[in-house]
Amino acid sequence: MAEQNESIPAQEQAAAQDPAAQKNAQLLALLHRLFGADAFTDVEEPYGLLTATTTRERIHDIIAGLQQDQELQLNFLTTMCGMHWPEKEGQELGMVYHLHSLTQNIRLRLKIFFPITDPVVPTLTDLYSTANWMEREAFDFFGIIFPGHPNLIRILNVEDMDYHPMRREYALEDGTREDKTDLFFGR
Amino acid sequence: MAVNDTLEGTHKIIEEAREQQPRINPLAPTVNDFNQELTTLNLGPTHPATHGIFQNILQMDGERIISGVPTIGYIHRAFEKIAERRPFYQITPLTDRMNYCSSPINNMGWHMTVEKLLGVEVPKRAQYMRVILMELARITDHLICNGILGVDTGAFTGFLYLMDEREKVYEIYEEVSGARLTTNMGRVGGMERDFTPVALQKLRAWLKSFPAVMQEFEKMFNRNRIFMDRVVDVGGISAERALNYGFTGPNLRAAGVDYDVRVMNPYSSYQDFDFEIPVGTKGDTYDRFMVRNEEIWQSLRIINQALENLPEGPYHADAPHYYLPPKQAVYKNMEALIYHFKIVMGEIEAPVGEVYHSVEGGNGELGFYLVSDGGRTPYRLHFRRPCFIYYQAYTEMVVGQTLSDAIVTLSSMNVIAGELDA
Repeated sequence: MAEQNESIPAQEQAAAQDPAAQKNAQLLALLHRLFGADAFTDVEEPYGLLTATTTRERIHDIIAGLQQDQELQLNFLTTMCGMHWPEKEGQELGMVYHLHSLTQNIRLRLKIFFPITDPVVPTLTDLYSTANWMEREAFDFFGIIFPGHPNLIRILNVEDMDYHPMRREYALEDGTREDKTDLFFGR
Repeated sequence: MAVNDTLEGTHKIIEEAREQQPRINPLAPTVNDFNQELTTLNLGPTHPATHGIFQNILQMDGERIISGVPTIGYIHRAFEKIAERRPFYQITPLTDRMNYCSSPINNMGWHMTVEKLLGVEVPKRAQYMRVILMELARITDHLICNGILGVDTGAFTGFLYLMDEREKVYEIYEEVSGARLTTNMGRVGGMERDFTPVALQKLRAWLKSFPAVMQEFEKMFNRNRIFMDRVVDVGGISAERALNYGFTGPNLRAAGVDYDVRVMNPYSSYQDFDFEIPVGTKGDTYDRFMVRNEEIWQSLRIINQALENLPEGPYHADAPHYYLPPKQAVYKNMEALIYHFKIVMGEIEAPVGEVYHSVEGGNGELGFYLVSDGGRTPYRLHFRRPCFIYYQAYTEMVVGQTLSDAIVTLSSMNVIAGELDA
């Protein structure tokens, strides 16, 4: 997602002695030391928040490792949410995790992408109790499946809904209307 | 066609996954077993103690709760989906309706998220004005929670007494923004207007009269034997479990963790103010009550400091691309007309990027994760709603307790249905 982060304000890029940038560098060094540099791609710092993309095979180990780590103690799962990029062939769906170290005050954003035909992601419910409803929400909205989740049912929408409404193919406006085009309304 | 194929594929995978991993459904049995004398009890969806629409199916052994299954989503309004079709300024009214007891905090949090994305620097005066309004909102939020906790323990007087004070704060909101509950306050880039003399006068009068009321309320509750018997050691949670459950805000601080976004990641000039973060020790209902009471006093401290040192200067950023020009200028001035048109039609140029911004809401860390693809609306907007995240701990907190304890636990957690469901 390199193209997303082109327009970071210049003062944030230039802040070499900025304590936030130093913390990010420290965190990135820790990530590389614990899990290897090849585990992460697209490492960016949009608006000062270290962001890295990894794979769904490694995401559970990485978050578990960071939870156990005593140096930076990234053991607070702030939030996680699904995403849908229909134009990205083979990487349509994504999950975004926000981790926070309450002792060091460092945040980390981890992303994974996977094909929509195989939307299976390891569950984090064994690490964080809070992941339970967040994963149910991601399942409800995007149809992402978390094997091992204790109770993967819809949470906000009704049980008998037969689609996952946050996917991009479901337009918010009535699709049969021609007077409300995207050109003038919405995106 | 392709859509249907994908969907069918997905459903197939879901079915397979469910077959492999049999669903451990903790749903309480609906048939009451008289041999075991277990009872299934519906707490909600429209129970007076839920203060909103959500359900708990409790399995009871006499008066004790054995297990519970929360069901939420009764007022789910798909804000995240709606936000994908709305320009930034039209999302503010959506945020009103999340935690409707403290709408200004949600409004300001959203404005600050967009400002972070756009790189707009807000002048000091607007930041102080925001701090005043956000702290007023925190006070009203806590007043509701603690007042209703009194009602649920049988003390109606305190609640009515505090509602009167909330009414006065709403009158201040009304002077500032024109609205009372769903305030839609401020704009991207600052405030929509300066504090009027009437607003300042009402604010000063309230700051003078409120402490006496609060003292009386505390005198009535804090060491009240009947109240303490009902709330001490009820619905407790350890700091470790609270963190694992993603607790934030007063509920986490009651468990003894001093995490406050205002201190850890100061926004809107919170670093300029001198205030303390109250923490509890046991995380029980009494601690939550006391933490909220103390936070009201600290919020008053912040408001007094902000009002005393309210800087002179503009009340909004000089950002004509994002901040609506005054209406008179729109009729007379060509540039103003152009900017007005572009902003209203959502034609502002947003950078491509992603930003996470969080503020200390009434209930905890209220986060906005905004992904922009340069279009006029967010590509994806995710709200980190503190209620949604900590309410899942409710079952664990009430198992083994009596039904009346479950009611006060729910009340003291301050679960707001609008924020729970978004």
